[in-house]
Amino acid sequence: MTDIVNTTSPSPVETMNSKSKVLEITKLNKSFGGLRAVKEFDMNINKGELMGLIGPNGAGKTTVFNLITGIYELTSGNIVFNDTNLIGMLPHQITQLGIARTFQNIRLFPNLTVLDNVRIAYHAHAGYGMMDAILRTPKFLENEKMLTEKTQEFLSVFNLHDRQGEIARNLPYGEQRRLEIARALAADPQLLLLDEPAAGMNPNEVVSLMDLIHFIRERFNLTILLIEHQMRVVMGICERITVMDFGEIIARGTPDEIQANPKVIEAYLGRGAAALAQKLSEKRTNVA
Amino acid sequence: MLKNKTTLGFLSVAIFVILLVHVLVDQGILNSFWYTILRIGAVMTIVSLGLNLIYGINGQFSLGQWGFYAIGAYAAADVTYRWSQLHSASGLVILLLVLLFVGGFYLIIGRVLSKIRGLDSLSAFAIYLAGTILAAILAIALGKILIDPVTAMLTYLPANIAMQLVFLLAILLAGILAAEVSYLLGLPVLTLGSDYFGIATLGFTIIVKVLLDNSDTLLGFAEMKGARGMVGIPKLSSWLWVASFVLIIVVLTRNLLQSSHGRAIISVREDEIAAKAMGIDIASQKTITFVIGSLFAGLAGGLYAHVNGFLHPNTFNFIKSFDPMIIIVFGGLGSITGTVVASFTWALVLEGFLRLFLPEGFETWRFVVYPLLLLIMMLLRPQGLFGTYEFPFLQQILPPALKLKANNMHTTEAETASSNSNESTSSTGGAS
Repeated sequence: MTDIVNTTSPSPVETMNSKSKVLEITKLNKSFGGLRAVKEFDMNINKGELMGLIGPNGAGKTTVFNLITGIYELTSGNIVFNDTNLIGMLPHQITQLGIARTFQNIRLFPNLTVLDNVRIAYHAHAGYGMMDAILRTPKFLENEKMLTEKTQEFLSVFNLHDRQGEIARNLPYGEQRRLEIARALAADPQLLLLDEPAAGMNPNEVVSLMDLIHFIRERFNLTILLIEHQMRVVMGICERITVMDFGEIIARGTPDEIQANPKVIEAYLGRGAAALAQKLSEKRTNVA
Repeated sequence: MLKNKTTLGFLSVAIFVILLVHVLVDQGILNSFWYTILRIGAVMTIVSLGLNLIYGINGQFSLGQWGFYAIGAYAAADVTYRWSQLHSASGLVILLLVLLFVGGFYLIIGRVLSKIRGLDSLSAFAIYLAGTILAAILAIALGKILIDPVTAMLTYLPANIAMQLVFLLAILLAGILAAEVSYLLGLPVLTLGSDYFGIATLGFTIIVKVLLDNSDTLLGFAEMKGARGMVGIPKLSSWLWVASFVLIIVVLTRNLLQSSHGRAIISVREDEIAAKAMGIDIASQKTITFVIGSLFAGLAGGLYAHVNGFLHPNTFNFIKSFDPMIIIVFGGLGSITGTVVASFTWALVLEGFLRLFLPEGFETWRFVVYPLLLLIMMLLRPQGLFGTYEFPFLQQILPPALKLKANNMHTTEAETASSNSNESTSSTGGAS
């Protein structure tokens, strides 16, 4: 469990063929009072896959994330992660099972150092009890040293090692994003949920973010579910895409299929644009 | 090496200061007026440190600290009073047994209930409450048998040593009592958001005060004398006792905060949702902090009861419950150093200097001068006297930066795949 990296697992390509399901969501519903934020949502994510979840603002994408991670209680439906039913579990238990996430508006621990931000993610594996900590037993000193070294090594993977003493809120935006992803990965997840990681980034930062996502996916042998508005990112790195609108799934498929899907274009740009796109695609022109 | 040096330096300075004050008092250089003020300052340090844990470090706005302080004060006073005035260990034995039984029960029930998914806090509270009553009845029944033998055993000891032993036990039991009460109270109340939590704990403080007003009639503790005030408590809280408690608590708090558990507690203040997403059980972190903070309040209450030898419910009025809140805001939320300095400053300025230096008949004005000082302070330095500064020993030490052999971050994709897999095998070998 405590290993950051599992080097023995097969590469993502191999596992994708074997089709072992990491996450299985069936008939998920969530209502806020009279508003049905998520309706009959179904989704399967295979091991090693990079799945995109897109849709216009207010489509219910983040709600799905909050349901998976247990922040919201679902109204009905089932979420199964690696054969474990997540219904009724508390958020921290779900994280300890192996689902980590980042947030749309970065949620670091703003007044703590970069080092502490990541060290907190190791809390469940600290290896000593509160009594050890209070009395400074050898067990505490040994484990704390190990934990710190592990964190430092981990930070160096993300090029944040020379920032370890910096207070998190003083970091530039791009590094805050990187730190948030690093912190999520320190919790040792199998499934990583990224909520609009490219929000507010300039084109250069977006390119390095895409590299980063590729890199962590291979290095940490991850399955990734990604919410994103920047089509460049979604179309560039996702293998499969699910499109939501008004809480419902309106399309699924590969990036190419999604780009050509009139329903998706309608949801994003309106009916007129969809009709235009239809015409254009008939002329075999690339719309997106 | 450096760390050991600062530890040694801190401890020797602290012990030197404690002994210096002791000698000054012994030689009569500090009169009994200042002696009392110093001890009150030390007691206040302990209460405020507890509150700083709850509010400054865990982020839960609590006004219940004063209630736990009152519980600790009266519990400890009751134990020592019975021993010194009535020559019976009844208070000690019964309190000890009740706390043992109830504590054991909490541990067992906690284990059992943690396996149930989605149990709401009020039903959990009901189970705990019923169990508490049951355990207490059992403990009292067993205690009644044990009172006489324990009293006889303690009378074999030299009177002075027996008294000090009963005193120390009384203080510790007072702390544990406050901790157990806070655990029970925290079950339903800690699920509330911060402001509501503040109001609920304020309600608790008021309830405790009213109960103490009627302690002789409603609760049946005749020796507490209700609203007339409890007299005849042995004055055992010497400077050495009080200061040692402060020193131990400061060191232990610092140790707690600079561990993974401390960071988990802080993360709840920083961002609850992010903490949850990092696998931190925020409910249990809040409970633990609330219990530890209340434990400190109980200990401080026990020490306070033996400073003047007199307790009155008015001391535990809810208006006074803002004193520790003011102290921690004044000293700097989250700063141990700030709390210690502010507590002593509070005692020395409000009770000492202002009382002495304001002209005759102007004592009342200290409650004008003192809030004015606070106002000016908040305008000029809103982060408190010390902000987040800590004395070197209390500071968190940053580990030396990692020396890198190779750049781990990806450069081009093809390269990274091979170099990183090598890197990761070597790094995990050391880490796991």
